[in-house]
Amino acid sequence: MYVAVKGGERAIDAAHAWLAEERRGDTAIAELSVAQIRAQLALAVNRVMAEGSLYDPDLAALAIKQARGDLIEAVFLIRAYRTTLPRFGASRPIDTAAMDLSRRISATFKDLPGGQILGPTFDYTHRLLDFALMAEGEAPMTPDRAAAPPESAPPEPAPHVTEMLNREGLIQTEAASDAVPPDLTREPMELPATRPLRLQALTRGDEGFVLSLAYSTQRGYGRTHAFVGELRIGAVAVEMDIPELGFAVQIGEVEVTECETVNQFIGSKTEPPQFTRGYGLVFGQTERKAISMSLVDRALRWKELGEDFVGVPAQDEEFVLMHADNVQATGFLEHIKLPHYVDFQSELELIRRLRAEALQLNEAAE
Amino acid sequence: MTDQAYNFAYLDEQTKRMIRRAILKGIAVPGYQVPFASREMPMPYGWGTGGVQVTAACLTPVDVLKVIDQGADDTTNAVSIRKFFQRTAGIAVTEATQEATIIQTRHRIPETSLTTGQILVYQVPIPEPLRFLEPRETETRKMHELEEYGLMHVKLYEDIARHGTIATSYDYPVKVEGRYVMDPSPIPKFDNPKLSDSPAIQLFGAGREQRIYALPPYTNVVSLDFDDHPFQPSKAPHDCDLCGAADSYLDEVITDDQGGRMFVCSDTDFCRSRRAAGHVGRLGSAAVEASE
Repeated sequence: MYVAVKGGERAIDAAHAWLAEERRGDTAIAELSVAQIRAQLALAVNRVMAEGSLYDPDLAALAIKQARGDLIEAVFLIRAYRTTLPRFGASRPIDTAAMDLSRRISATFKDLPGGQILGPTFDYTHRLLDFALMAEGEAPMTPDRAAAPPESAPPEPAPHVTEMLNREGLIQTEAASDAVPPDLTREPMELPATRPLRLQALTRGDEGFVLSLAYSTQRGYGRTHAFVGELRIGAVAVEMDIPELGFAVQIGEVEVTECETVNQFIGSKTEPPQFTRGYGLVFGQTERKAISMSLVDRALRWKELGEDFVGVPAQDEEFVLMHADNVQATGFLEHIKLPHYVDFQSELELIRRLRAEALQLNEAAE
Repeated sequence: MTDQAYNFAYLDEQTKRMIRRAILKGIAVPGYQVPFASREMPMPYGWGTGGVQVTAACLTPVDVLKVIDQGADDTTNAVSIRKFFQRTAGIAVTEATQEATIIQTRHRIPETSLTTGQILVYQVPIPEPLRFLEPRETETRKMHELEEYGLMHVKLYEDIARHGTIATSYDYPVKVEGRYVMDPSPIPKFDNPKLSDSPAIQLFGAGREQRIYALPPYTNVVSLDFDDHPFQPSKAPHDCDLCGAADSYLDEVITDDQGGRMFVCSDTDFCRSRRAAGHVGRLGSAAVEASE
């Protein structure tokens, strides 16, 4: 016999309690600390900061812990937190040319001022499970760092590769602008979008989505012939103008990954043959995302460069921007598990009626 | 018990002001979708973040809030949203439609007629009635600007050509004051007539899609149809098995695996108050239900 469902509130409380218990897991195993996540799962922390649009490794680590390692859930926690924060103002543009580099590679020049710095990368590791890690031994030492004397000379300046190409006019110059960029988190998305808005949407977009779009351009769905002109990772100072002081002060430091692609371009009706650029800039060491972003950025620039729209997803601004956000996507996708009794009921009636009419017609015909 | 860590009704005052501006614009241009800078809320997109933001912007400390999902006050998401506002705004809540000053709803309009001064807030998943005919926002906005709704009529006509009837049973498009075609949110088309000439303010919030739209009181709202195929609201051809109501929208409840089923009011408050007033349906028992 049907009784009206009154257990909603109790069910929710019980579900939350069960979730908390599952999150903690086996209490015989030591609890994971936020500091451990921050230090040892740094790439997960980076992804959460990038897609959460909030540079705070401690909170990102907390979100990962609370979300039981579900990174999209962690991104959501960060977003919901950041949206409540007041705005003090805007920083000065960060100067990535003055980055304190931990990694810097160019796929277009063998050597270049500032040199190539391989940095902490998986690139040339053999993907063999390291069972020594399972044995939880001592932390490995970086041989050089252990032996080498502390650095004394300041590092050689490492100007952007694209700037070197630009000196010959080989690559298109980006028009400088002092216009206040739109803020995706404070204004509704407006289409057609400007490039600053596109870049904002891409840098906080889902890594998997942006990766797949970039990959699709490589496989022929809007090919842009990209070379990684430069990929650099490191810390940059964040400076802010303080009106009361009349000058800018450094308020912090963020780690970012910057990727500039150099793309073949045979010229168009409006532009002479010249290399063009795609740009990616993402919080933390997140090079897969930064490279993907620069490929998609380049593909989206077809209009300003006078290329043809060939109808591929990566060229389609509305398609890319409206579907890149994983917090929006996961919410709408998962909401279909909420009750839809009412709508389904109206569909049931419609189908029953249509079927009854169709069956009647069939009978009449026989 | 208000959570002091957050502003009244969660959102900061600047955000509320931004949302109120969008609401006022929506009321000034009935049926027009106003873009607004939707915030991430502490519940996921798709769970009613648009409605929650609209409610948060409308709430005052003296308001009495009712939250329903599928017509019911006790569905998990309705419970969750009600608790959210109890916690962040400390306002009074009710299940009685007449007592509420603000009603947030998902997929239903209450059976009890609304009155002057009440606000009905709808949660909207896809605010654009033309979306499934034209996926591009840049195009659909142009179509609204030019009042170019031929595509919608073609769709409804094709339904008739194929099925002999308009095969849209919920989310049924309406025209507002002879101007904008509007998505009434996924309410069953049974509820569509209640949209028109309502004494209450009706506000629609779509969080993920960043749109707010509105129907001021006594707005004329017409469900799209053809002269020879007039709009017909529909419901299950039964009476409520608990309260006997013949004119309310019904949920079908499967009672066993032998095809047994019963029909009950989807509006739980309506059903409960009818049973309290002594109405008994086919399977109801007045005494037990009324004492609940």
